[in-house]
Amino acid sequence: MDARSESHATPTKNPTTVERRSERELVVTRTVNGPPRIVFEAWAKPELFQRWWVPKSFGLSLVSCEMDVRTGGQYRLVFRCGDSEPMAFFGRYVEVIPSARIVWTNDEAGDSGPVTSVTFEEKAGKTLVIMHELYPSKEALDAAMASGEKSCVDETFDQLDTLLVSLPPRG
Amino acid sequence: MASDGSIAQALAGCQTSWYTLYRMVKFSQAGLDASFTALSDATRRGVLEQLGRSDASITDLAEKFQMTRAGMMKHVGILEQAGLVTTEKVGRVRTCKLGASRLEEETAWLERHRQLWESRFDELDQVVEELKRKEKINGRKK
Repeated sequence: MDARSESHATPTKNPTTVERRSERELVVTRTVNGPPRIVFEAWAKPELFQRWWVPKSFGLSLVSCEMDVRTGGQYRLVFRCGDSEPMAFFGRYVEVIPSARIVWTNDEAGDSGPVTSVTFEEKAGKTLVIMHELYPSKEALDAAMASGEKSCVDETFDQLDTLLVSLPPRG
Repeated sequence: MASDGSIAQALAGCQTSWYTLYRMVKFSQAGLDASFTALSDATRRGVLEQLGRSDASITDLAEKFQMTRAGMMKHVGILEQAGLVTTEKVGRVRTCKLGASRLEEETAWLERHRQLWESRFDELDQVVEELKRKEKINGRKK
């Protein structure tokens, strides 16, 4: 019977905050309604990660996603916006503590990319996710903010659906 | 007289403090006071209007408003404290520019960034819900 009551429960949406904590730091927080163990899993398994990292509303599609979420491991994500040239984002996992913390570099921007850390803090069965992006300098963060966010909401979803269908199946 | 545009821009900027929402709430009263003080003077409104057209050095502004550099420095200092103007010294020249638009840009960027993360987390929520359901079913089977 508990399964039925559960299926009726609609997940409540928790607020997302973004703060420029200093000249070279950005902090994003959100509480997720699940234990750190599960949130970590959704972050560390490529097949799960790629289901949420690129929000549908942004119109970007993730063409490939290679992640070796271990300390010293590497990742490479390739995005495409409609017919544009694909963009690759890559880096290295500096520290991985299962269910607690992931730290990675963002090397596609050369020396000006931030080091990103995410920590999962247990709060009464839920997880407070704290994303921290530390840029090498104030100028690097200012430049990142000036360049704008990659997004292609103008693309038609039809086009993207076609593209997604054309991708080789995974599994 | 300053144009409505520059005052509106100045006011919009002063209501938005530099970093966070909670800091905004905490400091907005002080920020507004500083801004109203800054805007209460005709010369300073004139300086904002001037900087709305183009950046200018302290010397340019002093000449334009027919006062000493020291006098202009004082006015610019008050505008700078209110966050309405930013200055940067390169060599011997201090260049002044409107601070408000930079604040607005940063605030707008942070909001877009927040929306990106909110969308991500909304979808992450679904993945987590699914994993929780699976875990529960698997748990029951054991």
